[in-house]
Amino acid sequence: MKRLFALLLAVVMVLSLVACGNKAEEPKGTEATEATKAPEADKKGMTESPLDAKEITKDFEIKDDFKIGFICLHDEKSTYDKNFIDAAKEAIAALGLKENQYIIKTNIPEGDECYNAAADLVDQGCKVVFANSFGHEDFMLKAAKEFKDVEFCHATGYKAHLENVANYHNAFASIYEGRYLAGIAAGMKLNEMIKAGKITAEQAKMGYVGAFTYAEVISGYSSFYLGAKSVCPSVTMDVQFTGSWYDATEEKNAAEALIAKNCVLISQHADSMGAPGACEAAKVPNVSYNGATYDACPETFIVSSRINWAPYFAYIIKCANTDAKIDTDWCGGIAEGSVVLTGINENAAADGTLAALKAAVEDLKTGKVKVFDTKNFTVEGKAVTGDNVVDGIFEESKTQSAPYFDLKIDGITRLNEKF
Amino acid sequence: MAKTDKKHTPLVHIVKRDQGAITWQNRILIRAIAIVLALLVSGVLVSVLADTDPMKVYESMISGVFGTERRRWNAAQSVAMLLCVSLAVTPAFKMKFWNIGAEGQALVGGLACAAVMFFLGESLPLPLLLVVMIVASVVAGMIWALLPAVFKAFWNTNETLFTLMMNYVATQLVAWFLKQYVKNGSGVMDVMSDYGLPMIGEYKYLLNVLLVALLTVLVYIYLKYSKQGYEISVVGESENTARYIGINVKKVVIRTMLISGALCGVAGLLLVGGTNHTISTTTVGGRGFTAIMVSWLAKFNPLFMVLTTFLIIFLEQGSKQLTSDFGISSSVADISTGIILLFIIGCEFFLQYRIVLNRNRKEVTK
Repeated sequence: MKRLFALLLAVVMVLSLVACGNKAEEPKGTEATEATKAPEADKKGMTESPLDAKEITKDFEIKDDFKIGFICLHDEKSTYDKNFIDAAKEAIAALGLKENQYIIKTNIPEGDECYNAAADLVDQGCKVVFANSFGHEDFMLKAAKEFKDVEFCHATGYKAHLENVANYHNAFASIYEGRYLAGIAAGMKLNEMIKAGKITAEQAKMGYVGAFTYAEVISGYSSFYLGAKSVCPSVTMDVQFTGSWYDATEEKNAAEALIAKNCVLISQHADSMGAPGACEAAKVPNVSYNGATYDACPETFIVSSRINWAPYFAYIIKCANTDAKIDTDWCGGIAEGSVVLTGINENAAADGTLAALKAAVEDLKTGKVKVFDTKNFTVEGKAVTGDNVVDGIFEESKTQSAPYFDLKIDGITRLNEKF
Repeated sequence: MAKTDKKHTPLVHIVKRDQGAITWQNRILIRAIAIVLALLVSGVLVSVLADTDPMKVYESMISGVFGTERRRWNAAQSVAMLLCVSLAVTPAFKMKFWNIGAEGQALVGGLACAAVMFFLGESLPLPLLLVVMIVASVVAGMIWALLPAVFKAFWNTNETLFTLMMNYVATQLVAWFLKQYVKNGSGVMDVMSDYGLPMIGEYKYLLNVLLVALLTVLVYIYLKYSKQGYEISVVGESENTARYIGINVKKVVIRTMLISGALCGVAGLLLVGGTNHTISTTTVGGRGFTAIMVSWLAKFNPLFMVLTTFLIIFLEQGSKQLTSDFGISSSVADISTGIILLFIIGCEFFLQYRIVLNRNRKEVTK
C-alpha cells in the first residue's frame, strides 16, 4: 500500500508540475472584441477604434520553396503567445501561404531547446525562423551564426545591433505611442471627474500595476502618464510592481491597494484579469492592455492598446520572398499597424474621447507631437539631456527596437520595485 | 435475523497477488499489451481531435523522435538528462527515503556550476575551471541532499516535505542570483559559450550520453552487487531488521542521500556546463519530478530505467511534434501522454493486485 501511495504521489507531483508549468495563463474575457457591441438601452457601449484598420496587402509572389517557422515560449493558453500565434495566422492567411509553408512550435523553453527547435526548423526547410521570447535571444543568435543562409528574427531582443550578424534581426513595436493615446483617454476621464466635482485637480491620481521594473514596463507607464498629463496637467501616478507577468491574485491585490491609496483610475501592464476585475468590482475606471476587457468589465473598461505582430510577419515574409534585406532593428508603429487600440467604451470614457484620440493619432503621425518630448517631463526637477535626447526629444526605440526609456520622471511614484 | 445485524459487503474487493502468480513472460506480455492498447486509444483520440487518420498520428510521433539525425541526438540527450536525475533518486527510493527534491538538488548543482563559470571563467585556465565546476556542482547537490538526510536520520523529520521545500529554496536562490548579477535587469543570463565541458568531436551531446551510460552501469552495480547497495535494500525493507543485524541506519541514510545529491549535482553540471552554458529557474525543467515516475516504473532497476526514460521522452517529443504537425492544442498532446501513462501505471497495479467480485453477497452476521 505504501508503494501504491508513493506511486500516486509521484503522479500527483507530475500532474501538479504540468499544472504549474501552464499556470492557467488564460484570462477570461480578453477576447479581442474589437467589434462594436450592440448598445443596450441605457448603455452606450463600444465605439470603433480610433485607429484605422490596416489590411495586409500582398504585392509579391510567394516562392514555392518558401517556409517560415515560429518558436513560441508557451502555447495559445498564454495571452502573450496567443497574440503572436494569432498574428502569425493572420499574416499567413493574408499572404496565402500553403499548409506546408509554415510551422509553429510551441512550449519551447529559453534554453538549448530553443537552439534545437530553430535548427530543426532549418532542417525542415524554413527560410525564416522567428522566436518570441526575450530569453530565446542567445540561442537564436547561436543558430543564426551556424545557418548563414536562413534569416533569424527575434522579438523583444536587443543584441542584433551589437552582434552584427547579418542574418539576425530584432523587432518590437512603438507600443509607447499606443499607451500615450490610452493615457489621453485616461486624462480626459480625470478631467471629467474634476469637472463633476468628484475630485479636486490635486486628487487626480492614477494607479498603475506593472509586472517588473524593466525598461519595457517603465517606458510603457511613463508614456501612459505623459498622455494623461497632456490633457490633465495636475495628474500624478503611483506604480505598484507584482514581479510576475501573470499572477491574477497579485495583480488584483496591487490594484486594490492602489484604489485604497485614493487612485481614481487604474491601468496595468501585466497579463491577467486581476487588475481589470478589481476595478470593475470597485467601480474604478480602467485602461487595459492586450485586448478589450469590455465583456468582463462593461462599467469600467475605457480603452486598451496592444501590439499586433502581423505587420512584422508580413514584412519578413515579403523580404524573404523578394530577396530584400530585413532591418536589423524593426520597430513598427501606428502607421505600420503594429500598434493597435480597441474601441472606446462610452459607458466609462469621457465624452468626446474618440474624437480627441483621432486628433492625437494625426498629431503623432505627422510628428507634431512626440511622446517623450523633454519639454513635458522632468527628472528630479531638471530637464533631461543625454545621448538619447536629440532636439529635445528622447528618442525611444531608435538605437534598438526594444524599449530603453527607464527614467524616473517626476509625478510618478514607484511604491516598490521588482526585478 | 435482526436487520441491525446486517453488515454491508462491497461489490468488489482488492486482493494482493501471490509472489510469482504471473510468470515473467506473461508480465512482459501484459505490459506490452497495455502499451499497445494505450497507443491505440490515444492515437484514435488525437486523430479524432486533429481530424486526421490514426496512422498519421503515429508517423508524426515517430518522425518527431527519429525523423532526422538532429532529432535522434536531441532524443538521446533528453534521455540522458532525465536518466541522470532518475539514477540520482533511485538509491534513496530503494531505501524508502522519499526524495522528491531532485529538482532542487540538480538546480543548485547547476547554479554552482554557473556561478563558477560566471566568476572564475576569465581568471582560471580551462582545465582547472572544469575541475572547479565539477567539484562545485557535486558538492552543491550533496549539501542540498545532506540537509534533509541529517534531519531525517537524527530527528526523523518528514523527508518528503523537507526535500520538496528545498526545491523552492533552490529556485529562489537562482532567481536571486540572476537578479543580483545579470546587469541589464532582464533576469536572463547571457550564454557563456567560451567555458564549459568539452565536446567529443562534432557531437555536442555525446559526452553527456556516454557519461550517463557509464553512471547507469555504475549505479546498477552499486545497488545490486556492493555491500552498501545491500544495506540500502535492508534499510528500505525494514529499519528494525537493519538495526538488528548491525547496520548503522543513520549512516546509511546520510551516505545514500549524499550519493543521490552528488548524482543530481552531476545532472546540474551537465545541464549548465555541458548543454545550456547559462542558468534560469527552469533549467532543470521538472526532470526532478518526472524522474520519480521513471524510477518507479522501472522498479528502481537502473537498466530498466533506460527503457522507461525512453518511453517518457518518446511521448514528450512525439507529442510536441503532433502539436506542430497538426496545429492542435498542446493540451491534446498532454491528454494523450496522460492516457498512455495511465494505462502503464494501471497495468502495474493489476500485476500486483487482482480485483475479486463479491458475487455471493451474503448477509454477514456477527
